[in-house]
Amino acid sequence: MEKERKVPHFVDNPSNFCPGCGHGIVSRLVAECLEELGQDRNVIYTIGIGCSSNMSAGMKADRLHCCHGRASAVASGMKRVNPQNVIISYQGDGDAYSIGMGESMGTAYRNEKITMITINNTNYGMTGGQMSATTMPGQKTTTTVYGRDCSVTGNPFKFPELVASQFDVAYAARGSVDSVGNINRLKGYIKDALEAQIAGEGYSVVEVLIPCPTNWGMTPLESLDHIRNNIIPYYTLGVKKARGGKSV
Amino acid sequence: MAEMMKGNVAIGEAAIRAGVRFYAGYPITPSSEIMEYLSWRLGEVDDGVFVQLENEIASINMVVGAASCGVRAMTASSGNGISLMQEAMSVLADENLPVVIITMVRYGNGLATLYSSQTDYLRETRGGGHGDYRCFVLCPYTVQEAVDMVALAYELAEKYKMVSIIMAEGALGQMMEPVDLPAFLDVKRGEWGFDGTYTNAKLGYFDRNSMTEAEELRERYDLIKENEQRWDSTDVADADYVFMGFGLAGRSCLGAVEDLQAEGHKVGFIRPITAWPFPEKAFAEIGSNTKGVIVVETNAMGQMVEDVAMYMKKHGLQMPVYSLPYVYGVPVIQDIKDDFKKIVNNELKEVF
Repeated sequence: MEKERKVPHFVDNPSNFCPGCGHGIVSRLVAECLEELGQDRNVIYTIGIGCSSNMSAGMKADRLHCCHGRASAVASGMKRVNPQNVIISYQGDGDAYSIGMGESMGTAYRNEKITMITINNTNYGMTGGQMSATTMPGQKTTTTVYGRDCSVTGNPFKFPELVASQFDVAYAARGSVDSVGNINRLKGYIKDALEAQIAGEGYSVVEVLIPCPTNWGMTPLESLDHIRNNIIPYYTLGVKKARGGKSV
Repeated sequence: MAEMMKGNVAIGEAAIRAGVRFYAGYPITPSSEIMEYLSWRLGEVDDGVFVQLENEIASINMVVGAASCGVRAMTASSGNGISLMQEAMSVLADENLPVVIITMVRYGNGLATLYSSQTDYLRETRGGGHGDYRCFVLCPYTVQEAVDMVALAYELAEKYKMVSIIMAEGALGQMMEPVDLPAFLDVKRGEWGFDGTYTNAKLGYFDRNSMTEAEELRERYDLIKENEQRWDSTDVADADYVFMGFGLAGRSCLGAVEDLQAEGHKVGFIRPITAWPFPEKAFAEIGSNTKGVIVVETNAMGQMVEDVAMYMKKHGLQMPVYSLPYVYGVPVIQDIKDDFKKIVNNELKEVF
């Protein structure tokens, strides 16, 4: 019996991500949500610099690669002139939170009607695993070889919590790809975020914790354990600002 | 009928009439009146969008987003602000996105000054950001010319899929002159724009062939150099000395040339309207008896004078090239005349 492979058409292509990386899961979830919402041919992505840049190899949808850190500003420009399109700013934690903190905050501050998907792997993956704004306390990276000392670097940055508590945004959540259950919950967050945009409610953001076995020096399975045991306790999962204006 | 308008305000209205429907920016003296005007004026036209952003980097990147959807998008700034925009301007060039950027140039390095100047000639004519690309650079010498350049800047930007810069001096934006405003253009969305349907696919930067793109860029720029040089000239053919200057320095220069001619000097004048492409074709008019070419600018070292010397070499012109850099402000006609006499008396040496 023939069986249909249910992979969203515009991400059903080879990608360049490392084995065990979580990017592929997230990009597929976003694509599934767009298909289910009937928006898969009504979407424009702005893509950040870093491992997110590998998105383009496997994605056949309107997209623009943006200056490092500025994707949310580009996305805002698109949304202001094409309000009928779904605009998704797909960025890593280094792009969105480190170099792009200004544009990401500015976009949330103005409550631009876009959706930001931030992939948080607690390091700069593409450049070889340097410290990011989200690197965990004590985490060894190529620029914190003795472990991150937060007394000199500052503490890991929690963007969804920050915009949920300080700004008038429509929706903010954090998910993870470490388990099937969390992947399913994450899909719900992504769909909520996109629906908030489509309904014109305002800015929505979903941060996703993903494994980075290459730069963490772990196997893919160890990476998932690391997310569960060490990262999720700091970067708690769930909805931080629910649709309808309620901070959670 | 012409009405008296301040340069920056007139440019803002010209933008509306040229079909600009998106402006994102951050204020900086001496360009701020452009965004102040558009902040309310864009709200009066269909689909007009104005956004004041946190800095010039966010502004130009928002312009990138709007332009990628095929809208006539604009920002305006000055020296320091344009510096902050350079990375995204390189992206606009790389993605073949047409945008018009207005710079009302102010003098100086670092934090700069508020003096009107031509200190950014080399940056604007060399692309400015990283990589190897060029932008159209249009240099108005009256408010009327600036106003007429806005639609032209978009036509060129869209025809060749690149950035056009209108490079005016700060003083041009601040002064009032009689202006005939152009008619309202009915501008459609660019066919290159994103609409979410994946009909105008763009390649990611890992998927592109830089070698092929470089060849395409060279061919395009050669075509532009052949077809789009613009300049004004007067009495060049049998001049003993040919003056060159653009913008307001060129306007002073023209006044000096007229005075010197009235005094019996055989002098001519070339005013570049496009600084890039450089109007080298103007040099075809220069005769072999001309004793020298004098470049009048308002910057510290002389910047356009380097282009003048380079293109004179290309055209086999051997006469000396003199540089008169008046640093900032609008050059005083008497100063130009006095310095001309020093050149004639061999008191001022050539630089090339």
